[in-house]
Amino acid sequence: MLILQRSDILPSEITPQSVFLNRRQLMIAAAALLASEASAAFKAQPSHFSTKDAPNSLKQISTYNNYYEFGTDKSDPAENAGKLKTRPWSITVDGEVGKPRVFSIDELLKLAPLEERIYRLRCVEGWSMVIPWVGIPLASLLKQIAPTSRARYVAFETLHDPQQMPGQLTRSLQWPYREGLRIDEAMHPLTLLAVGLYGEVLPNQNGAPLRLVVPWKYGFKSIKAIVRIRLQENQPATSWNLAAPNEYGFYSNVNPDVDHPRWSQTKERRIGEILKRPTLPFNGYAEQVASLYKGMDLRKLF
Amino acid sequence: MKANENMLQMPIPSQYGWGAVQRMALNWSKQLLFLLCLLPLARMALLFNEAVNPIEFITRSTGTWTLVGLLLTLTITPLRQITGWNRLLQYRRMLGLLTFAYAVLHFTTYLWLDQFFDLTAILKDIVKRPFITLGFAAFILLIPLALTSNNAAMRQLKRNWGRLHRLIYLIAVLGVLHYVWLVKKDLTQPLIYAACLALLLAWRVWRRR
Repeated sequence: MLILQRSDILPSEITPQSVFLNRRQLMIAAAALLASEASAAFKAQPSHFSTKDAPNSLKQISTYNNYYEFGTDKSDPAENAGKLKTRPWSITVDGEVGKPRVFSIDELLKLAPLEERIYRLRCVEGWSMVIPWVGIPLASLLKQIAPTSRARYVAFETLHDPQQMPGQLTRSLQWPYREGLRIDEAMHPLTLLAVGLYGEVLPNQNGAPLRLVVPWKYGFKSIKAIVRIRLQENQPATSWNLAAPNEYGFYSNVNPDVDHPRWSQTKERRIGEILKRPTLPFNGYAEQVASLYKGMDLRKLF
Repeated sequence: MKANENMLQMPIPSQYGWGAVQRMALNWSKQLLFLLCLLPLARMALLFNEAVNPIEFITRSTGTWTLVGLLLTLTITPLRQITGWNRLLQYRRMLGLLTFAYAVLHFTTYLWLDQFFDLTAILKDIVKRPFITLGFAAFILLIPLALTSNNAAMRQLKRNWGRLHRLIYLIAVLGVLHYVWLVKKDLTQPLIYAACLALLLAWRVWRRR
């Protein structure tokens, strides 16, 4: 005999409300997955470093990029980065280290458990986003290669291959793109080597296969498509600083009190919002990183 | 300049026949030009929702078309001198006023959508940021030109009308510098505008010799 009973399971127990409310984003992510053969889902652990701010959509994050290797318009990278071959890919780590090494991207992925880090990103141009990165702390890589006591800085380099990166045929910047951090900044737990976005492999225009993410600094510090990491005693030259030293300093910490010479940095427009919001010191990560700069005049060392 | 004024007031010869046809052609072509000049605005409206950073998109787009409008307005005289087709002058006022309309949109976007009427921030911007200073100056200078772009003002101002409207050269230079100065690194685009403007100004200098 069939006995019908009223279901005492709430719909929200079957589909959590958060999933229900995010169904559009899930569908976008699913569509992106279908669209790209190369994409593979990552199993990433959540992190207590993640912000509670709502992330920007994959479309916003992957169609509005500054990546001069593929053109100087925001839409250029999404259009032109598809050609970049991100596998096989190796990263040379050398300089003032006990154990210099060449890592393949797959070896790198095994150095530490992958984490999802939802970070705010503040561009020096006055806009910002919230981005769910997937990656490993840079520190977990640096520990592998045993930095010597003379390793005071870390220098990074992007791939230099004008065949694949047509922007490098122009002189918009000095190629390859170069960035740098002080060793304590590089070892900081917030500093991430990102390989993914929204749980998937990074889109090429976002810096695949491997990019740096330093959330308390302006976006241009977070160098993309890294092929070389070199530890050294002297402060490395960095691309935007070489291009305009009075506009872009080595540190480039997000700082509402130090204006860019040509525009104010007190506010920012979060992509997707109309009204500007105030910019926070160190992009809201002051609690974690302000101590790194104790006693420094951040107006001079901008 | 003096010659131009006379052209604008040139009487149309006859009520019927060839004159009427010409007048009709002029009316139609003016309306067509007007609609053409609205196309950039239509494009902006269509793309607004798709843009990842819509306010930046509108600011850029209205700015670009203001510059294009300035250059087109400045192209009328050389083109007339080269082709000998004096009727071209009949389109200049419309081009100028539509350029002003795009400039108003550009300025309003900055004032409203970008700064949200934050007067302190705007004043700081005007004083401290050279590219804003230049853009603002260019916009202010455009206002008297727009206000006097009618037959009544031309009659009243007489020779001074031409003198006043020579400001357009300064405005165009300020506008192009405004663009050059705001670009972060890649100067290709602003330099294209600068080259066009240089050419248009050089033509005038060369003609005056």
